Amino acid sequence: MDPIRFDTSPDRYSRWKLTFDGPVATLAMNVPEDGALAGDYVLKLNSYDLGVDIELADSIQRIRFEHPEVKALVVTSLKDGIFCSGANIYMLGSSSHAFKVNFCKYTNETRLYLETLSAQTGVPSIAALNGTASGGGYELAMACDHILLQDDGNTAVSLPEVPLLGVLPGTGGLTRLVDKRKVRRDLADAFSTVAEGVRGKRAVQWRLVDEIAPRSKFDDAVKAASTRLAQGRAEREGPGVKLPPLEPTRDGDVTRYRHVTLAVDRKRRLATLTVAGPTEAPPADASALRIQGADAWSLRAMRELDAALLDLRFNHLDIGVIALKTSGEPATVLAHDARLLALAERDWFAREVLWHMARVLKRLDLSARTAFAFIEPGSCFAGSLFELALAADRSYMLDVSGGPTVALSALSFGALPMSNGLSRLATRFLATPEHVDELRGQEGPIAADRALELGLVTYAPDDLDWDDEVRIAIEERAAFSPDALTGMEASLRFAGPETMETKIFGRLSAWQNWIFQRPNAVGEKGALTLYGSPERPVFDYRRT
Amino acid sequence: MSQIATNEKIPNNVDLASDRRLQRALEQWQPSFVKWWVEMGPVGFQAHDVWLRTAISADSDGWAHFDYVKMPDYRWGIFLADPVKDRRIGFGDEMGKPVWQEVPGEHRNALRRLIVTQGDTEPASVEQQRRLGETAPSLYDLRNLFQVNVEEGRHLWAMVYLLHSHFGRDGREEAEALLERRSGDADNPRILGAFNAPMLDWLSFFMFTFFTDRDGKFQLLALAESSFDPLSRTTRFMLTEEAHHMFVGETGVQRIVKRTAEQMKANPGREPRELGLIDLPTVQRYLNYWYSQSLDLFGGEVSSNAAQYFATGLKGRAHEDRYEDHVALEGSYEMTVPKDGKLVEESVSLRNAMNEILRDAYVEDCQRGVDKWNKTIAEAGVDFELRLPSRRFHRHVGLYAGMHFSPDGQPLDEAGWAAKQGDWLPSPADRAFIDELMQEPVLEPGKMANWIAAPNRGIKGKAVEFEYVRRD
Repeated sequence: MDPIRFDTSPDRYSRWKLTFDGPVATLAMNVPEDGALAGDYVLKLNSYDLGVDIELADSIQRIRFEHPEVKALVVTSLKDGIFCSGANIYMLGSSSHAFKVNFCKYTNETRLYLETLSAQTGVPSIAALNGTASGGGYELAMACDHILLQDDGNTAVSLPEVPLLGVLPGTGGLTRLVDKRKVRRDLADAFSTVAEGVRGKRAVQWRLVDEIAPRSKFDDAVKAASTRLAQGRAEREGPGVKLPPLEPTRDGDVTRYRHVTLAVDRKRRLATLTVAGPTEAPPADASALRIQGADAWSLRAMRELDAALLDLRFNHLDIGVIALKTSGEPATVLAHDARLLALAERDWFAREVLWHMARVLKRLDLSARTAFAFIEPGSCFAGSLFELALAADRSYMLDVSGGPTVALSALSFGALPMSNGLSRLATRFLATPEHVDELRGQEGPIAADRALELGLVTYAPDDLDWDDEVRIAIEERAAFSPDALTGMEASLRFAGPETMETKIFGRLSAWQNWIFQRPNAVGEKGALTLYGSPERPVFDYRRT
Repeated sequence: MSQIATNEKIPNNVDLASDRRLQRALEQWQPSFVKWWVEMGPVGFQAHDVWLRTAISADSDGWAHFDYVKMPDYRWGIFLADPVKDRRIGFGDEMGKPVWQEVPGEHRNALRRLIVTQGDTEPASVEQQRRLGETAPSLYDLRNLFQVNVEEGRHLWAMVYLLHSHFGRDGREEAEALLERRSGDADNPRILGAFNAPMLDWLSFFMFTFFTDRDGKFQLLALAESSFDPLSRTTRFMLTEEAHHMFVGETGVQRIVKRTAEQMKANPGREPRELGLIDLPTVQRYLNYWYSQSLDLFGGEVSSNAAQYFATGLKGRAHEDRYEDHVALEGSYEMTVPKDGKLVEESVSLRNAMNEILRDAYVEDCQRGVDKWNKTIAEAGVDFELRLPSRRFHRHVGLYAGMHFSPDGQPLDEAGWAAKQGDWLPSPADRAFIDELMQEPVLEPGKMANWIAAPNRGIKGKAVEFEYVRRD
């Protein structure tokens, strides 16, 4: 199979139409039936596959960086009578389990990205449901701030997964029903078991949508809602920042970006991901940062890291361990971090760069691969790049005199939160929050023995032990059951409070992935297997 | 006893007098229905006496009672065909088990959807036809129109009975909604697209009752096989009424072609339109339009919903007893499928092809009527043959939607279609001509509009000249 690539741009979109009208952007779904990313399923009724989501994520990113004039986003459909019917069932049915899980994870990350477009950038979104929104279609709507439903006696919102497919809504639908939209749980129960969904006034009464409008007044209602939501939003001064394609060079198993290198060792099931720190001094002020734009290290390096992580997730399924490395000058990284944080107080672009960084680091947290950080001479695990070591399941730091150092920066204490809402430091030291406060005074540079003492690294072998320790750690890890490791790592990574985000990913991993594996869904007589076939599912009715 | 629960007011054979749940539901719904009828029923004739057939019992001699009645006073009733003793499920996965007298929870939503979709077409067609009285070609035809209308109303009652009796609060809400949707309304349209276009001329009306009501017949035949016995019984009774609607369509078109062909023969060298007649190519274009619209109503050629309905025993094939294999899990069905611009034969599992199988039976039935029309034309000595176009022609639902085909089923590109479609479908000029032709109603007993022949005989032993509709 051809590798899946995530680079795209609006002039190449074929599933969405992104248009701009003053402060209102409109993202209209129009999936061509023959537009499958891979495979021979037909994308009927605006059903989607990964190709649709790649364009959606790209659109959101471009609105954030390239279109500061936008103050509200309308998400709607160009198809008659249908908004979106969710993930394509035949695509799911014909996909490997690993792909399904990765697909769902990516779509979930994209829904959350849509939510932060509102919460962070200040661009609220309106789901203008000019046709039925079912399954993933309604989940997409729930990721918007405001849901407007056409009231024509026919158009409905629905989550038909349980009654029709014997699985669960895979993009946070159940969680958002009760956690975000605060639908009463008994009504949510009724809603989630009736395949045809709920229409009109009842949809409003049950809090499933915010507003209904008759067909003849629908466009006016969309306009009114977008105008209302755009009102009073902070100005983001132009110009926007264009995001050119990353265009890495691929040489066998090595992919080289400007700052990031991904080297895959298939035999050892190991990928080495190296991030190079900045070589120049940070931009002097906001306008210098704006001129650098997409070339600014803090943005460029993180976009590259994001691309490399997605490449690993989708195109290198057998890679079990990611060795995280860095190269460069720690002081320069710290200078960039400090400048970025200072500029972010007043400059929207600096803030976007920071939020983007946080998002990419979350993508690392959520990747179902073992991550080990190796802190070696010449590395720059400082500030934002030390987050890689904190995100890793373990970190190894070479302890020799004149060896590598690590450092914290102002970004270490909350600017780059995990899904649980806490910084990686706060999550790491959940038992001793005062320790995090103490660390504020001693950002670094910190040598290996001290880093070990402070609990910032896992192991600090000396030069005699290093090679063997590292080799054994990787070999041992690569030999464990990959399923057990995925479960163990995800359980250990997200200590601390639950958020909607952790619930969504936790339940996706636990419930949905479990159901996706069960005979009642994917067995010979399972509901997902037989969907669309002339046969009916046969369930094993024993409850678990 | 409830006001409503009298056989006098609502003729029925479902023991309404002792069914409190049904009484309560109808007390609410019946006034809404009458209000709907007055608002949305036939325009201009609500106060007239119309010589109508009313069903007052389900017996073979009792169900067709004829008398003058003002339409708002029509006694819409509730009738189920007699139960079949020890009836068993006749197809699908549950084949051979006793039929259901109550709705199984597992199938509740799907059944409700089926019933609501069927029910919605009944008031929709009354709404579509409401202005036709203003241009009726004769009192005989006017009366037939109203007979069709009141019976569509009764079919609505039949579906509402099922909703009220078996679907609780949801059912009552759906029954109300059936009276709230309006054909052609931008904001609250009828469910199926074909039922949202107004019907403004009698050629369309006859084509509709021939082609579209015949879709209704086949849907009812398929539902008559249902494992849900009350649905089976109610649709079996509806079929007895539906037959008259198709009679109206078949004889209506037949009388038009008869008149045209006879006058062509009598006036050689004259254009039929000059003589105030509907020329046969125009009849063919209307036929093409209504036939293709009606084919769409059967749904997609390959349908997982249809497979589910069959598997679960909700909806069978027309005359299921004529088939040998009632489980239909093994067999396949060959159909012509467009692929990359070409037509190829493809094998589809039998259950997924159920819509197409029903459509096959429908096409065959339509052909029988068209043959009769052609016989009439030939008898008049005119050389012209009406033909059913290919079922790929002018489709908006299913495999062929979004593509263009000629009436003989050949694929066409956009330009080829644009160049020829005026020859194949009614053009604005055709519609304007028909409109012009049908301006005034003919309300003198026994008299016919110029463009249509008189029927061979009147209704129920009455003469053609009988005053079928009168002002008292």
